[in-house]
Amino acid sequence: MIRTANGASAFCNRYWLIEKAAVNTKLQIGLLAGAGLSLAGCSANWGWYVVSPLTPKGQSNLQFLLAGLQQTIALSLTAILISVVVGLLVALPGLSERRGLRAFNRIYVELVRAVPILVLILWVYYGLPQVANVSINVFWAGVIALALSDSAFQAEIFRAGIQSIPRGQHEAAKSISLGYLDTMRFVILPQAIRRILPALGNQFVYMLKMSSLVSVIGMQELTRRANELVVTEYRPLEIYTILVLEYLVLILIVSAGVRWLESRLQTDKRG
Amino acid sequence: MDSPGNAIITLDGVGKFFGDFRALNEVTLSVDFGERVVVCGPSGSGKSTLIRCINRLERHDSGRIMVDGVEMTDDPRSIDTIRREVGMVFQQFNLFPHLTVLQNLTLGPLRVRKLSKSESESRAMHYLERVQIPEQAGKYPAQLSGGQQQRVAIARALCMEPRIMLFDEPTSALDPEMIAEVLEVMVQLAESGMTMMCVTHEMGFARRVADQMVFMDRGEIVEKAPPERFFNDPHSERCKRFLQQILAH
Ligand SMILES: Nc1ncnc2c1ncn2[C@@H]1O[C@H](COP(=O)(O)OP(=O)(O)O)[C@@H](O)[C@H]1O
Ligand SMILES: [Mg+2]
Repeated sequence: MIRTANGASAFCNRYWLIEKAAVNTKLQIGLLAGAGLSLAGCSANWGWYVVSPLTPKGQSNLQFLLAGLQQTIALSLTAILISVVVGLLVALPGLSERRGLRAFNRIYVELVRAVPILVLILWVYYGLPQVANVSINVFWAGVIALALSDSAFQAEIFRAGIQSIPRGQHEAAKSISLGYLDTMRFVILPQAIRRILPALGNQFVYMLKMSSLVSVIGMQELTRRANELVVTEYRPLEIYTILVLEYLVLILIVSAGVRWLESRLQTDKRG
Repeated sequence: MDSPGNAIITLDGVGKFFGDFRALNEVTLSVDFGERVVVCGPSGSGKSTLIRCINRLERHDSGRIMVDGVEMTDDPRSIDTIRREVGMVFQQFNLFPHLTVLQNLTLGPLRVRKLSKSESESRAMHYLERVQIPEQAGKYPAQLSGGQQQRVAIARALCMEPRIMLFDEPTSALDPEMIAEVLEVMVQLAESGMTMMCVTHEMGFARRVADQMVFMDRGEIVEKAPPERFFNDPHSERCKRFLQQILAH
């Protein structure tokens, strides 16, 4: 099992795995459709023993796969927190009356949004250490790339959210001499965030999914682990099905969390 | 400074453009300390623009605005100094919908006046009692009637203990049965000696409290007189016609 990734051979391997995964995905879709989703029905093609919780081998494989949850969650959560903060800091100058500040916002958003996430991950991991003369581990390379990429979208979401708050709110704040930062903090953002909560939830779901791309630089999150197990076990169908389920469960939990938050903030308003 | 007879607001040749449109044209007006000025005029005549220039919700393009001895310039310090003296009540209330009534009232005292939480709250309750809705302190604005919301908005402005209060059609968004309760609060405020500038078409209120009536049309002050003369013997044709229309119903 290739559980650690370093050196050139691992790098080549990775690309082979991605291609293989793509082919496998197509196969999987066909098979899933054919089986009419009754997975246990066509036992001839399935080898669930690789992930059977009843055998020691299956248990250790399952454990290996599930251990990726921690990395995927840590990666996505850190990245989304950073990207929300950066996104807000980029959105605010975009709402300024000064042209220079608005230009900064536009340039940041357009440039960052134009770089594919996968390219950004590779660039941060392999390129940034040479430019900045720092060594950077896969976790932080992944966090930086995901957060940077997402921040451009967050900035647009925040800008739209803040712009949707009626002008009267700003004027009322001015009329009681509230300064800019206090106005944002106590008046505008609490209302804007309520409105953009569904979009923020979307972005978090998106982040969880995009974190799978960090597998290419060897971060042992969910996708990387599945790929590694496939190489040793030759059961892509079952292992990738587990992978799909892992993401599904994570994302359903996040969706439920966002719903809960929304309803809580809603009742807040009406008492 | 504080004795009646001294101007607390002086507008001198104030002009304001929105693009090519001249919203204010050479407006000159002076309001004495403790004086109540009622501004009326047809829709679009520049009444809101005029009073919004006084606390810099609009920037005037020409002329001079002096409030309590401070000239309004682009200097943020002059703007801040003046805003601290001036409270404002809007047609649409503009309460903060995510905050309770009490939180709406304490935000300014806490963050701007730097009072403690308990000081802010006791001040808020004091003004809620003055507008006669202390029992609504824990509710959110959406749970109140329009008249109650506007009274909260008045209390919110008063919590900053301003020397001047500006009102921009405070009863225009209200159902008829709620207008009286808001006007009553405004009359009380006038009787307490507050310097007030009110844009309103409530002529009964104007007769009762105004020291000076101002009629605006097309960005200009057309008529300026004590209520007695203003209502009985307006000089300009435009003002006469306006009063006929508005007093007809
Ligand atoms: N922000 C603005 N941009 C462009 N035109 C405006 C703006 N605010 C007001 N105006 C115009 O200026 C004129 C005066 O408006 P306003 O002071 O609101 O009138 P009033 O309060 O007397 O009804 C109106 O014709 C209005 O359309
Ligand atoms: Mg108006």
